[in-house]
Amino acid sequence: MTPRFAIGSKVQVRRGNPPGHIRTPYYIRGKAGTVERICGEFRNPEELAYGRSGEPKQVLYRVRFAQKDVWPGYAGPTNDTIDVELYEHWLEP
Amino acid sequence: MMDNITHTHDGPDPHAPRPDHDDTMTHHKMLEIAVRELLIEKGILTADEVRQAIERMDARGPHLGAKVVAKAWADPAFKARLLKDGSAAVEEAGVQMDTPTRLIVVENTPEVHNLVVCTLCSCYPRMVLGIPPDWYKSRAYRSRAVREPRSVLSEFGTTLPDKVTVRVHDSTADMRYLVLPMRPKGAEKMSEKQLAELVTRDCMVGVSVPKLN
Repeated sequence: MTPRFAIGSKVQVRRGNPPGHIRTPYYIRGKAGTVERICGEFRNPEELAYGRSGEPKQVLYRVRFAQKDVWPGYAGPTNDTIDVELYEHWLEP
Repeated sequence: MMDNITHTHDGPDPHAPRPDHDDTMTHHKMLEIAVRELLIEKGILTADEVRQAIERMDARGPHLGAKVVAKAWADPAFKARLLKDGSAAVEEAGVQMDTPTRLIVVENTPEVHNLVVCTLCSCYPRMVLGIPPDWYKSRAYRSRAVREPRSVLSEFGTTLPDKVTVRVHDSTADMRYLVLPMRPKGAEKMSEKQLAELVTRDCMVGVSVPKLN
């Protein structure tokens, strides 16, 4: 599986709210960040959680967000960041 | 004369009778027993294999991470390998990885301080730190470490100037994180074994930093 995004790509987290076992924290949905690294391919935990195979595997990324973009009124300096692991099907465009 | 308020065990600690807390059968305890007994009855696992697995898990602890950090401080080539591929480097140092998780090592520098959290549950680099402390699993830490990391850090006694960037790492999937702290000033001539003693669990989660004494 070829990763859809390269290191350094600007991405936006899908603003979905599906039911079930989800690994994309609510606070990061809809936020824009930059791919920090590509972690490899892993079976999809949203499927594995229900006893299914988790195939096809999903590319997992670490995406870096500026804290000031994630939290309105973030109290720290503008350089502070948060990195979140996100599976490819949660990333846009 | 006997009363039922205090008793003694010929020791210095007389105290009131305290109830045992090991006899409460919860849903999950019952589920664990049922699954374990079925696996053993069906010959998939033996009781000794279950015991061995628990013993192996309990034997892991921050001493493993501390050994890795000390080795990185003492050996720049190992440090480079550790930052490039944490899983491979800790295996080289004798640590057994869990599959399919992989280890990412993040380095503290004079410019950057790293902090690890799992907002979803309690993902923790058990292969190098063992079982997570209760505070790591608490709702307060999990929600506040991402939202106000600097306040959380100061509550742990770690106050950082604004010129140091705080990088929070949320372990939401298959990666696990170990913070490689900075070697404290004055520790340049210490042996690897002495260095390892400076590296505590909290330094490797990122809520503290190593100190001499």
